[in-house]
Amino acid sequence: MGGTEAWSVPPRADVVVIGGGIVGAAIARELSRYQLSVVVLEKAPDVAAGTSKANSGILHAGFDAEPGSWKARLNVRGSQIYAQIAEDLGIPRRVIGSLVVAQNADEMVTLEALRQRGISNGVVGLAIWDRDQVLAHEPHVSPEIAGALWAPSAAVVCPFLATAGFAENAVRNGVQIVTECPVTAVETEAGAVVAVMTPRGRIETRHVVNAAGVFSGHVSRMAGDDSFSITPRKGEYILFDKAVSHLANSVLFPTPDKISKGILVSPTVHGNIFIGPNASPVEDPEDQETTPEGLAAIVAGAQRIVPDLPVQAAITEFAGLRAVAGKDFVIGPSPMVKGLVHAAGIQSPGLTSAPAIAEVIVESLRDTGLVLRPRPEFNPTNPKRPKFIEQPVDVQAALIAENPLYGRVICRCETITEAEIVAAIRAPGGARTLDGVKRRVRPGCGRCQGGFCGPRVTAILARELGIAVTEVRKDSAGSRLFFPRSQGAVGENEHA
Amino acid sequence: MHEPYYDVVTIGGGPAGMAAALGAREAGADKVLILERDRELGGILQQCIHNGFGLRRFQAELTGPGYAHRYIEMVEKAGIDVWLDTTVLATAPGGAVSCVSPTGGPQTVRAGAVVYAMGCRERTRGAIRIPGSRPAGVFTAGAAQRMVNMEGYLPGHDVVIIGSGDIGLIMARRMTLEGARVRAVFEIMPYSNGLTRNIVQCLNDFSIPLYLSHSVVAVHGHDRVTGVTVAQVDSHFAPVPGTEFELPCDCVLLSVGLIPENELTRSAGIHMDSVTGGAVVDQFRQTSAQGFFAAGNVLHVHDLVDWVSREAETAGQSAARFAHGALGGTGGALAVSAGAGVRTVVPQRLVPPTGDEKSVRFYFRATQPLQPAILALHADDNVVWQRRLRVVKPSEMVVADIQVATLFQGAENLTFTISPATE
Ligand SMILES: Cc1cc2nc3c(=O)[nH]c(=O)nc-3n(C[C@H](O)[C@H](O)[C@H](O)COP(=O)(O)OP(=O)(O)OC[C@H]3O[C@@H](n4cnc5c(N)ncnc54)[C@H](O)[C@@H]3O)c2cc1C
Repeated sequence: MGGTEAWSVPPRADVVVIGGGIVGAAIARELSRYQLSVVVLEKAPDVAAGTSKANSGILHAGFDAEPGSWKARLNVRGSQIYAQIAEDLGIPRRVIGSLVVAQNADEMVTLEALRQRGISNGVVGLAIWDRDQVLAHEPHVSPEIAGALWAPSAAVVCPFLATAGFAENAVRNGVQIVTECPVTAVETEAGAVVAVMTPRGRIETRHVVNAAGVFSGHVSRMAGDDSFSITPRKGEYILFDKAVSHLANSVLFPTPDKISKGILVSPTVHGNIFIGPNASPVEDPEDQETTPEGLAAIVAGAQRIVPDLPVQAAITEFAGLRAVAGKDFVIGPSPMVKGLVHAAGIQSPGLTSAPAIAEVIVESLRDTGLVLRPRPEFNPTNPKRPKFIEQPVDVQAALIAENPLYGRVICRCETITEAEIVAAIRAPGGARTLDGVKRRVRPGCGRCQGGFCGPRVTAILARELGIAVTEVRKDSAGSRLFFPRSQGAVGENEHA
Repeated sequence: MHEPYYDVVTIGGGPAGMAAALGAREAGADKVLILERDRELGGILQQCIHNGFGLRRFQAELTGPGYAHRYIEMVEKAGIDVWLDTTVLATAPGGAVSCVSPTGGPQTVRAGAVVYAMGCRERTRGAIRIPGSRPAGVFTAGAAQRMVNMEGYLPGHDVVIIGSGDIGLIMARRMTLEGARVRAVFEIMPYSNGLTRNIVQCLNDFSIPLYLSHSVVAVHGHDRVTGVTVAQVDSHFAPVPGTEFELPCDCVLLSVGLIPENELTRSAGIHMDSVTGGAVVDQFRQTSAQGFFAAGNVLHVHDLVDWVSREAETAGQSAARFAHGALGGTGGALAVSAGAGVRTVVPQRLVPPTGDEKSVRFYFRATQPLQPAILALHADDNVVWQRRLRVVKPSEMVVADIQVATLFQGAENLTFTISPATE
């Protein structure tokens, strides 16, 4: 039976997926089409706790990867199948196209090379635009530019909701996701996987999928496979208020260098604008701190594309880590351990590629002996959750008549009602923490960043989860928000 | 669907909304409605359990809830309708106010005139771009104040406060009285942003240090805050290398400014003042949209609630007069601008006087502290009015009443300046 009973692991499973990021969640959902017992083990309190929550959220068109690489193949395939997936799973997605901006004639030459590469990768609709065409589409781009490469198929999604959408559908189809459950050992016998160990117990299994993101090298070595290792590479971001959303209509890239796609300016699917990421190697796979140098660098980079960027309209900053194993993804059976399949080193465009990675991994599992019998009752869709504010008045009236909590607005920046928050908590694999609610339905994502709704959402979480307010957490186990008021506190006007 | 009609509707039931509703009633509006999203009236006052409210308005030193309570009683006595737990989603030309509540569902109210009184919200960590990690334990001072005073929970035990806004200062005292340790208040400006009396009563009395020209340059901690890095800043607010020091703490409270909450106003296409963050209004507090008025912190951030009540009363009275056809539109206005030394001035426009009023009250914020100073009014190029001020501080509002006769002498531009005066 599916579910997210956080405190138990089953004694055995046909497949154990390590990691509840976009890759692990997409694989679990793909596996849930078959008659299998599947368990996802995630060390964090929620899905998408690693790289999958802090990235650019772009479904890349697929012109920049080396033809023939996993990246190139899976990016283009992923980008094609996302439309249906987003519809089925309720993932917010907008096709807005992307522009790679060239500052001079040299960079225009690079654009032509990118276009050729895109054509060999199977990307459709690529076109080179001159300066005037670019400025007509993007009036806030620097008039100094020379031109741009237009890719109409680029889209933006909410990366958290993409992961949560896959995870919810997997759970609806019988997968068990256990959060706060790190895998501490992968046991092998005669070079083949037999079980994984966690603080919550041991799970016997013959098939382990390593989708542990920046920790995937670590997990691989746990099983005795040291064929690759991961270097985390940090990318920092600044998110802007919706008041400045007019600054970009499509994803705006600089002409890429060797290391990354560069610092971009882009709309989010929710209608904000963000800038970033930079690329700096770090040691600590948990290091998600933003830095003054990093933030300054991305502002400078973004201003090369959009000079009038109003820095004072920033509403938040964050950072994510790319899991870099080499030039390409590490995908397929381990060369050293039988039963271990890697979906590792999934750097950009991993978000875009995830559904295609899932297809390849399921084929790998079949090749390594997993029997795949389709499950006739597989349901590919998640139920639609209406966004109150987007409904016409008669629908709003009907929603409130059925559930009065639709009439109570909790988040005033994004107009989110109590009913939507409660639904996010009660959903399969639903929110357990303040950040979990924030990431699913967005209270706290607006310009007040939870200043107004934070205490209210905390109270709703406590009520829905049946816990004390002092037990409600921001995110991880150590992240409680409030403490009991101490005895003997002095009244405001009683002190001498 | 049936759309109820009211002469005047106020959006928000804090001190501004209540005073506007009462002002409207006094000026003869029969049907007055307050729309409030919370479950009680009073707005931010309900969480301000400290003293210091009402010295001017009631000649008494009240707590926030005490001040609110007096107004709530007056609202009840005046027979003003109040819809609680009701959020306004949009306003439209002609006075249509759409709102939603659990019991009433989505509804549209028709209003003869509307007063925006939504108050303000706090600036956040993101808005001032403090680098570092994003652990639990970082709160805006107002959110923390609500948790302590209204819900009865503490946001931490070992506190660092960023910014010397009044709520931060008040919370420094509150947290100390709750048994927490308050390490320091760090202010990036070379002067404090709070009222002098709050510095004395909330910091000095409790030996809490206030560091001016200092900024928190990083927040640390993975799960919960474990500390901050602080540095001195130069005159361009850039950290001075070598001055950094670390301070352990489990809680960071932010008091780095308030921003008028104008989503509704903006989406109604009303002309805004980019410095106050509120609408551009005339002396009646009418915005660029006919029949839409604004008052209180939604218009410009006030330092004292007494000013808010006073201003809102004017707005409410004017709204009632507009609803009855006794107040004109927004045409023929004279621009009032903030000149040297003046950061903000409200009202920003003057329409021709209706004959009843003798003077117009102006509210100013200065750009920098001065002692003493001259506040002057320039009509075109001539100084037509001036007043000597003993001290001016950016954190304290300057208020001046100026005779109608002085203001309307045929000049095309009115500009206020604040400049240093010689001793
Ligand atoms: C700055 C940046 C920008 C990017 N932009 C884009 C973009 O625009 N478009 C795009 O397509 N891609 C983009 N990417 C890439 C994309 O974000 C990643 O490829 C994708 O999120 C990787 O997902 P994942 O599931 O492999 O890793 P993760 O999301 O990191 O998931 C791994 C999970 O495994 C868990 N885990 C680790 N160890 C254990 C253990 N021992 N036991 C249990 N659980 C464990 C972790 O807690 C984590 O939740 C970007 C990446 C970065 C960093």
